[in-house]
Amino acid sequence: MPGTYIPTDYFPVLVILLIASAIGLGALVAGILVRPRRPYAQKLTPYESGNPPIGEPRSQFSVKFYIIAMLFVVFDVEAVFMYPWAVAYDKLGIFGFVEMMLFMFILLIGYIYVWKKGAFNWE
Amino acid sequence: MDLPITITLMDIRAIVPELTLICVGLIIMLLDLVVKKKDLVALAGIAGTVLALFGTYKLYGVTDTQFVFSNMFVLDGYANFFKVIFYINLILTICISIKYMEIEKSSFGEYYALLLFATSGMMIMASAADLIVLYLGLELMALSTYILTGLMRKQPRSNEAAIKYFFLGAFSSAFLLYGISLTYGMTGTTNIKEIAFAISTLGIADNPIMYLGLIFMIVAFSFKVALAPFHMWAPDVYEGAPTSITAFMSVGPKAAGFAVMGRILMGAFGDMQAQWVTVLIPLAVLTMATGSIIALSQTNIKRMLAYSSIAHAGYILLGIIAGTPEGLTASVNYLMIYTFMNIGAFAIVIMLRSKGFQGENLDDYKGLAKSHPVAAALMLIFMFSLAGIPPTAGFIGKFYVFMELIGSGYTPLAIIAIIFSAISAFFYLRIVVYMYMKDAEQEIVLTQSPTMNIALAVTSVMVLVLGIFPSFLLYFVRYSIMGY
Amino acid sequence: MTLQQIYFGYFATMMTIISLLVVSRKNPVHSVLWMLVLFVHMAGLYLFLNAEFLAAVQIIVYAGAIMVLFLFVIMLLNLRKEEKEFRLQKQWPVSAVTAVLFLVVLVSILGKITVLPELGEYSIDMINAQGSLMTIGNVLYTKYLLPFEIASVLLLVAIVGAVVLAKKRIE
Repeated sequence: MPGTYIPTDYFPVLVILLIASAIGLGALVAGILVRPRRPYAQKLTPYESGNPPIGEPRSQFSVKFYIIAMLFVVFDVEAVFMYPWAVAYDKLGIFGFVEMMLFMFILLIGYIYVWKKGAFNWE
Repeated sequence: MDLPITITLMDIRAIVPELTLICVGLIIMLLDLVVKKKDLVALAGIAGTVLALFGTYKLYGVTDTQFVFSNMFVLDGYANFFKVIFYINLILTICISIKYMEIEKSSFGEYYALLLFATSGMMIMASAADLIVLYLGLELMALSTYILTGLMRKQPRSNEAAIKYFFLGAFSSAFLLYGISLTYGMTGTTNIKEIAFAISTLGIADNPIMYLGLIFMIVAFSFKVALAPFHMWAPDVYEGAPTSITAFMSVGPKAAGFAVMGRILMGAFGDMQAQWVTVLIPLAVLTMATGSIIALSQTNIKRMLAYSSIAHAGYILLGIIAGTPEGLTASVNYLMIYTFMNIGAFAIVIMLRSKGFQGENLDDYKGLAKSHPVAAALMLIFMFSLAGIPPTAGFIGKFYVFMELIGSGYTPLAIIAIIFSAISAFFYLRIVVYMYMKDAEQEIVLTQSPTMNIALAVTSVMVLVLGIFPSFLLYFVRYSIMGY
Repeated sequence: MTLQQIYFGYFATMMTIISLLVVSRKNPVHSVLWMLVLFVHMAGLYLFLNAEFLAAVQIIVYAGAIMVLFLFVIMLLNLRKEEKEFRLQKQWPVSAVTAVLFLVVLVSILGKITVLPELGEYSIDMINAQGSLMTIGNVLYTKYLLPFEIASVLLLVAIVGAVVLAKKRIE
């Protein structure tokens, strides 16, 4: 029945998650409890290799980052489609091969387009 | 386990028109990288569309409904007829945009490729026999139109339009998906035919969850066809988008939205007709009221035509409310007529746009009849048709829809529609009055091009011919929808 | 209370709380980080639904790629003034009323949900025996072939959109 499934295979993952969070949180909490706390202005400024910090830490990013990230997402999704295809390839055979080639061909044209438009150049 | 690989040549044959458009779109993308003259790219787009049209013409011989790709895709006269509407829309849009995009300094090859992809998305929607295919087609169409809307990056209003369209479009997609998932949860399938079967066999037509799923889907489609109260985006987006895209958007996505509405409501939710009719009637009345009344106070012609297209969506919806195959025939007939008259009107709007002159105010039409009698006469035809005055096609379209509505027993609704139709005549005729009875305030230069003239000739002739000899289109529609 | 109810209850409650945290943070970067936690919880819920591949994709694509995109866009917009302002728009009472009404609708139909008998051949046992990826691969590339190929065109349009709208044009 739907809704009766418990992913028991993933129990070790849960254990690792719990241990990892416990270690991370434990280190932070232990630090707070153990370390002496005597703040003053110089100590609280961000460390900039000895120079006094200039301006805000957050600055405006260029739109170029966005294009790269967007293209990354698209090709990431493309790659995700290949996992089940690769696993089921034995059964799909040549039929599946042609199908995936068609899929990749369409995105290849996108790749050529992006390349020729110079979106990979960092100008 | 054996795999159900059953792709035959017939399956491929069924999607030849879509394949053609997508392939030509890909070719255009590559062509754009090497070709400097964008007219050539546009012509390639028109050639590709004609090719796809030929493919659909070849498939028209297949009168019996055919399901291909594991019942994902359906080929029937209904889908084919809508595809013809999309082709006409696409060809006319390309014709009116070549010169215009140059003036707007936004003449890119991608523009034509995206138009083709958007159209193939609409075609997939019209042929979808499964809600997943339908959703993908819808997103293909929507994503392309969002980009096209924001194509004029230097203009803030184009950006604003694209953002608004995108946000509200994403919101409506979420509604669609929620509706699909509720329906899937209750029926255990996303196939339109199997949903209808499940509703009748499981006896869940009265189940409130089905009702909720149905309403969510109606909300999503209402957004796409701009029914009030889901029309808020339309005026801003229509105003901000490049005018050629406004023409494209006011026909294509609307027709595609009605295509899936007809298929889902009558195909999948046929047993729940009583439920969806009670939802659609207030929507239709509100839509006609909003479109006709708010359009009265507009001073920008693109905004005015946006409200006009909202009102028209209300009239088209009436045929679906009638709930009979004849009602659907009337709606589809109306959509075809609407395609010609609306694109024709936008073509005139585009002609007024020249270098350094926007030409979007109603005042710009003052005295047009004296300086440019032909353009004014054409605009007169389109305005008469949009208002539904005989002997133009617009009258025929409305006439059949109202007839079917009365035939199905919704006489009060038909009377309301006629009243709003009379109200809307006011703002259409105001333009005619401006053109013929006022004096020009400034000199208007019309931007002409051969393709534009062809588009205008085709649309105006069709509006008149269909107005005077309406039966052959109606026969064609009836023949197409037969057996649906 | 069964183990299933505890499992689902935890994820459902946490997702609601985290979603509220996402929309109520003043600093958009904090919102994005909460969204990361939200995505991980969503993946947990997918696991519960016997959709292992989807859970993995949720982490790879959403928590990986989409998150980066979100952060880039926030840095791109560089919202400084907005962070200090009152976050709710002036029409929030309308939204609140609509949301409450919607909640009422949903709660009122809650009892009407009928759990269908298992339909089709894809039972939990069958998927577990075959493996989640294998099952998806067998279905996606045969029955759902057409949607799969349409998806590639959709991705292509996304690429074109990113380049057309954001790339500096060589005039």
